Amino acid sequence: MPFQSVRPRSATACLTLLATLLGVMPAARPGETADPLPVTEVASGIYAHIGAIAVMTPENEGAIANVGFVVGSSAVAVIDSGGSLREGRRLLAAIRAVATKPIRYVINTHAHPDHIFGNAAFEGAVVIGHKNLPRALAARGQFYLDAFRRVLGDELMTGIKIVPPTQIVEREARIDLGDRILLLQAWRASHTDNDLTVLDETTATLFAGDLVFLRHLPVLDGSLKGWLAVIGELATIPAGRVVPGHGPIADWPAALEDERTYLQLLAQQVRALIKGGETINAASQNVAESERTRWELFEENNVRNATAAYSELEWE
Amino acid sequence: MFGHALKCLHRIGSQWSWLCVAALALALLSALGGLSFAATPEIEDTWASLANDIFRGRPLADGTGLVSIDMPIRAEDAAIVPVTMRVTLPPGDSRGLKALTLVIDSNPVPVAATFTFSDSAGISVISTRVRINSYTNVHVVAELSDSKLYLAQTYVKASGGCSAPAAKNADEAIATLGQMRFRVFGKPSGAQREAQVMIRHPNNSGLQRDQVSLLYIPANFVDELHVWQGHALLFSMKSGISISEDPNFRFTYVPNGATTFKVEARDTNGKVFVSEWPATTSEPSNDSSNL
Repeated sequence: MPFQSVRPRSATACLTLLATLLGVMPAARPGETADPLPVTEVASGIYAHIGAIAVMTPENEGAIANVGFVVGSSAVAVIDSGGSLREGRRLLAAIRAVATKPIRYVINTHAHPDHIFGNAAFEGAVVIGHKNLPRALAARGQFYLDAFRRVLGDELMTGIKIVPPTQIVEREARIDLGDRILLLQAWRASHTDNDLTVLDETTATLFAGDLVFLRHLPVLDGSLKGWLAVIGELATIPAGRVVPGHGPIADWPAALEDERTYLQLLAQQVRALIKGGETINAASQNVAESERTRWELFEENNVRNATAAYSELEWE
Repeated sequence: MFGHALKCLHRIGSQWSWLCVAALALALLSALGGLSFAATPEIEDTWASLANDIFRGRPLADGTGLVSIDMPIRAEDAAIVPVTMRVTLPPGDSRGLKALTLVIDSNPVPVAATFTFSDSAGISVISTRVRINSYTNVHVVAELSDSKLYLAQTYVKASGGCSAPAAKNADEAIATLGQMRFRVFGKPSGAQREAQVMIRHPNNSGLQRDQVSLLYIPANFVDELHVWQGHALLFSMKSGISISEDPNFRFTYVPNGATTFKVEARDTNGKVFVSEWPATTSEPSNDSSNL
């Protein structure tokens, strides 16, 4: 290839790399076209982006949770908006690549940042959440904004707002997207105290939020006893497949088995350590070790799960 | 990105490419600088002025070998970070432990708790759980019976992920507020035994702001605690908003033959919680009323 012809490309490549390294790539501004998030059509009119099995970093733009959308004949519903405004905008671009109907709803499955930080990309949509979601966002929102500024950096945090729900679900609710109904169910404290699931009755597809983890070690931030009980109830949902909060799309209810095994072991071992008089610190170090190789992000989350489990189960 | 880098490096030999390589090297250096910053972020060293405020300029001696603080290096769960404070006096040192002050430098209210111990308590170790908002130094200052102050310190990295210094199960926290447990652990260690006080309380910090109303969720936390062995006070505590939800204190003590323990806690709403237990409690209660 003659030098003259490659020079401009080389220059562009170099500048792109430089910009990336220096963290000065400009954020997509409103109105600018964002690069559409890769999505797969899970079932007719149901799309999902499978997030990276990772912790939120500037490199992955916080895009670690599964996010998706459902297209009806009159409206679109977004299910979780992602871990950054940039991811939310990329999800918006993915929606606009396949659907022109108005985006009427943003459903947040719970309060964690990887699921809600993209909400601001969907201005004008009705935000729907569990009845406890506003309280959780009130208690945690500012902390998340501050903590993730350290993690993701100023540039990626620009424009991220805590957008609380304007419509809440007490127990269950149905929303009509035109020729398809979504069933929203609010659960008792389990992964968090504000978990909401979304069932597309037309295709029997369940968006389980973080009530279901696959490959990514489950993260306990609600109630271990509650979660184990809820798993039993979830199994009765008449779905054929699940889009978990983290991990690949899977058959239902078989998708529950891995996390049930882990959570049961966690409960059983932590109970034994409490009974034996171990301190919370000692008890949290060596729990559920036999599960280590079965999951990703075990190291990042297991001690924390054990700590949370201990502080819950010591009140039994 | 690496594709770009390779393309860029393949052009070595051209004038443009040398410029590119030089710029990349600079960028990498700055990126590495950023990495090292991320690994050990600089935290503002506020200790000198904090210590001056809290201890009113009294000298703080190095407590190495005498007082220690044990915390995980990383706060796995921002809401529940275990901390153990320990005072070990050398043989022949007849002084006793009078008070311990726990300070989490970067928290919104740095003084987490001050424990004062009675002479007869024989307490040398006390553990609790705290909230950690950010990367922070944590200090413990022990006051011995000769009124000398000794200092130990550690450093805690903030948690990552979705954990927050807030309730995990807020309904449960409200429904069970004020319940208390007391446990005496089985194995005595020399003359000492170990016991634990647990209090159900959301310990709301008052610093959490509703994003819609922009109003702060009112503070309500346990700010005072007294623990007695029979009629003899073991210790008292005054605490702030850094103590975790469901305040929990595990401590060593020297039994005085009393048949009961009594605990009185007070929260900032003025509610007082009092309970009494037989001193023989050695197994966790099977009470399952709040499942």
